[in-house]
Amino acid sequence: MQEIPLTQILFVSTALFFIGMYGLFTRRNLITLLMSIELMLNSVNINFVAFNKYLFPDNLDGLFFTLFIITIAAAEAAVAIAIIINLYRSHNSIDVDDATEMKY
Amino acid sequence: MSNYFYILWIPLLPLATFVILGLFGRKYLSSIAGLLGTTSLLTATILSFVAAKQYFFIDGKVNGIYQKIIALKYTWLEFSPNVSIDLGIVVDPISVMMLVVVTSVSLMVHVFSLGYMKGEERFATYYAFLSLFTFSMLGLILSANIFQVYMFWELVGVSSFLLISYYFNKPSAVAASKKAFIVTRFADLGFLIGILILGFYGGTLDIGLLIERFTSVHSTQFLSITSASFLGASMLTWGLTLIFMGGAGKSAMFPLHIWLPDAMEGPTPVSALIHAATMVVAGVYLVARMFPVFSMDESALAIVTYVGAASALFAAIIACTQTDIKRVLAYSTMSQIGYMMFALGISKNGGENGLGYMASMFHLFTHAFFKSLLFLGAGSVIHMVHSNEMKDMGGLRKLMPITHIAFLIACLAIAGIPPFAGFFSKEEILTAAFHENKIIYGIALFTAALTSFYMFRLYFSIFWSKEATISSPAHDGHESHGEGPWVMKLPLLILAACAVCVGFVPFSQLVTSDGAALETHIDLVFSIAPVILSVLAILLAASFYKNQNGKSAKVTNAFGSFYTAAYKKFYVDEIYIFITKKIVFPFIGQPIAWFDRNVVDGFMLLLAKTTAKVAELIKGLQSGKVQNYAMYFFGGLVALSILFIYIWK
Repeated sequence: MQEIPLTQILFVSTALFFIGMYGLFTRRNLITLLMSIELMLNSVNINFVAFNKYLFPDNLDGLFFTLFIITIAAAEAAVAIAIIINLYRSHNSIDVDDATEMKY
Repeated sequence: MSNYFYILWIPLLPLATFVILGLFGRKYLSSIAGLLGTTSLLTATILSFVAAKQYFFIDGKVNGIYQKIIALKYTWLEFSPNVSIDLGIVVDPISVMMLVVVTSVSLMVHVFSLGYMKGEERFATYYAFLSLFTFSMLGLILSANIFQVYMFWELVGVSSFLLISYYFNKPSAVAASKKAFIVTRFADLGFLIGILILGFYGGTLDIGLLIERFTSVHSTQFLSITSASFLGASMLTWGLTLIFMGGAGKSAMFPLHIWLPDAMEGPTPVSALIHAATMVVAGVYLVARMFPVFSMDESALAIVTYVGAASALFAAIIACTQTDIKRVLAYSTMSQIGYMMFALGISKNGGENGLGYMASMFHLFTHAFFKSLLFLGAGSVIHMVHSNEMKDMGGLRKLMPITHIAFLIACLAIAGIPPFAGFFSKEEILTAAFHENKIIYGIALFTAALTSFYMFRLYFSIFWSKEATISSPAHDGHESHGEGPWVMKLPLLILAACAVCVGFVPFSQLVTSDGAALETHIDLVFSIAPVILSVLAILLAASFYKNQNGKSAKVTNAFGSFYTAAYKKFYVDEIYIFITKKIVFPFIGQPIAWFDRNVVDGFMLLLAKTTAKVAELIKGLQSGKVQNYAMYFFGGLVALSILFIYIWK
């Protein structure tokens, strides 16, 4: 089977990152924002795995980092969803534009 | 050396009393506060007598000369290897003499206050303040470092302030305490500058070293301080004069005396302790402590002499006209301190010429006893009459026999009638003045006569003059106290005994400028003039005031405007008010206030306003929208990346 070149994998991860970023900036629903952040994290994961495989095939550091990031992403999702539920209880909405009290 | 270590306990005991009474006194100890303070001070007094005996009669003398012993030295703040503020205890003739004076007078005052202040609401606080004062005064006496002197000097000022304003619900007492504090504080500014001048040129703050360096004519420090000059006077003169300014403020020398008569607003025992016997002689003590340095500079000594003589005469004239008995005593104190000052001023250091120094210290010693006796006597009169005014008194000799006798002894002592204490010390001063400066001698002689006159004016007005009217009980709601309890009579008796016999202390053998014994003798022929003058003045006072007659009024009219001027204290207070209100406030105070309001405050306001404006402009960035923040974040990240990747390679 033919090897996939590193550049193509990096292309995918960059695309994923900017799709996440676009979502983060444009969507108003907090759940969607959370999903966008997950996308960005995953693009980082891809980078870690790809660089590990292509540059240092003898080491496992990149893979471990990925595992850590997945764990932290799970924890982060739990916290974020808790925040969102509380926000919904107080504002009856999960739209970021409705939660702008913390300003000057 | 260390066999004087126990002297440390003498100041520490009153300090401990102050802390205990200050913290717990009013709540828990108000019934035993007086007893506690008195007991602790009694211990201190006994210790200081032990120290005096040990120093003067056992091991202070080496080859016939009293040594200066540093009993304790602890470096507290070190500015550079040579310049440091040390806390130390110095044992030499004058410090031991002062220890005895301060502790015994303070003890008498403590005992007297047990009766005098009984029933006061802030009784424990009063004793706490008395202890604080005693601690500070003892610390001042024992200081080995001139900066340590300064610290205790200020502590003494604070405790004096606290005690003058003891009756703080009386506006006049509050005003008096502020006046005392501000005037002495102003003088202390001079003292501080003087310390800094001497410290700068001497390269040390240790008194012993300073004296050593400034008294040897060839030392580099002496050459540098005498060659540097400012406004036509050498820096040595400036330093010493400024130090004397501090002393003059504390000792109520003209023209910094204005606080002392007002300070009589405090409780009378306090006046006896602070404003008669101990604190006000701190200035004399300071000059005596630095005397070897003073003796190197003619002009500084001349200032001391003339300020002292002027104060002595000036205060004596005012004392003849005052009607408040405590004010008469206050001016008399000022006059007697003037005596001590000019006696120092005309003295030389060492040998036969050091007579003035010894006479000054002797007068300080005897004066402490008879003046505190006068004040305590006045206290017991005031306690009975409930008034300070002479016109409310008269004929009290039958009602208060003990006070009468004690007061008479004190008056004879201050008038210099043999064989009472004041005679001996005043004789020494007059002898010294006669040999050194005839003008000063004339002033001193005249002042001595005035002193006898006003003291006996006081005596006759209080105890003779008219028949007693106080005996009717409850004329102002108080029952007649009589002479008060024995705790008030006992100190009077003890001090009266002192006023009779302390003149026989062989003082010239013990306290002299160089530590060696000085041979003095009372020259009977010389004594005739002052004693006869005093007796004549007493007879004059008797003819005026023993019975109520018109003679004093006639003389008053004869003096006319001079009498009025003296009665108004020569308008010194008015001059001060004029200078401050018409000159200092409009020409110095207001420009400075303008500068402060417009320039200093203006700059600060500009800063604040600029900050507020900028904040107003950029506050829109804090929109509260999470996505905007994320945008700024990524924008910043991109900007930084570009910066680091392409620009700062």
